[in-house]
Amino acid sequence: MPDPRYAVAAVLVTAAVTWGLRALPFAALTPLRASRTVRYLSARMPAGVMVILLAYCLRDLPVTHARGLAPLIALAVTVGLHLWRRNALLSILGGTAVHVVLASAVFTH
Amino acid sequence: METSPAVTGGRPRPAPDVPVSAERSEALAAFRESAGAVLGFVPLGLAFGALVTQSGLDWWWAGLSAALAFGGSFEFLLIGLVTAAAPLAAIALSAFMVNVRHVFYALSFPVHRISGRLGKTYATFALCDEAYVLATREQARSWPGRRILWMQFFLHLSWAGSAIAGALLGSLIPESVTGLDFALTALFAVLAIDAVRDMRGDLSTPGLALLSALGARILFPGEMLLAAFALFAAALLARQLTTSKKPSHA
Repeated sequence: MPDPRYAVAAVLVTAAVTWGLRALPFAALTPLRASRTVRYLSARMPAGVMVILLAYCLRDLPVTHARGLAPLIALAVTVGLHLWRRNALLSILGGTAVHVVLASAVFTH
Repeated sequence: METSPAVTGGRPRPAPDVPVSAERSEALAAFRESAGAVLGFVPLGLAFGALVTQSGLDWWWAGLSAALAFGGSFEFLLIGLVTAAAPLAAIALSAFMVNVRHVFYALSFPVHRISGRLGKTYATFALCDEAYVLATREQARSWPGRRILWMQFFLHLSWAGSAIAGALLGSLIPESVTGLDFALTALFAVLAIDAVRDMRGDLSTPGLALLSALGARILFPGEMLLAAFALFAAALLARQLTTSKKPSHA
């Protein structure tokens, strides 16, 4: 456990930033609605941010080792399940279960 | 299901302007509407809580983060940032970039239907992605403010409750079982697929994002997340500037 004071401060900083982002725009609705740039970004940022976060999760993928196959196979299962059934819960649970089995039992080195 | 308003003896006094039966039917309706999202929250919350204790943090930290930050995807990232002792400024900037999408929820979330300063405050505090989606759907147009608040409360409660349960149960998982952290990767894969699908054929935006991520990984491996967000935002702004100068709107 890191220093509990630091761990709590990290949560408080996150909470303050997140709440600020959720609450402050209500006070500034009109200029936000009028801004073409804001509307342009708001339509495109969600997809891009999610792609970046996905890449960030895979940033330390050991591509030269066999155990790098576990996340790649699990990712393929997740994407395949999602394109097939479009059920987020099923895709996440299925992909994670495959990864746990592969990382715990198959590619243990 | 008990719906009679008669059985109220001994219960705490309700808010003076709302009859108990109306309050209860709003809570019930909100419960039904939020059930799908709650079903999605519980396994992710359990995975989050289990990952917290597997990473060496105490169980209460999972509950604190779930209750106060209440932003699932960033909370998963926060585990890694805290165990790596990232500076608070870096945490604030990462939280800003990951959650900046919430700025745009103010454009359509029906906070004007919620009465009272306290209710409005809670509605903005608990404005997660799923609450936004539920409250802005076609069939939510007629929802009174109280039903929106109840719905947000159920989402909040199920996330915090399952995070604590996962943290307490997580210590029972044998150490040989690893790889649970893939839940976050899978979550982002699913969200990315859905978001790209919503773009209706605009593949250049996810392409720009992927290039930003790869560039940041190579150029700034220590601050990949921040660098990728900055590159992506700059690329989007540059593209908007160059396309808006053209006379056509295509």
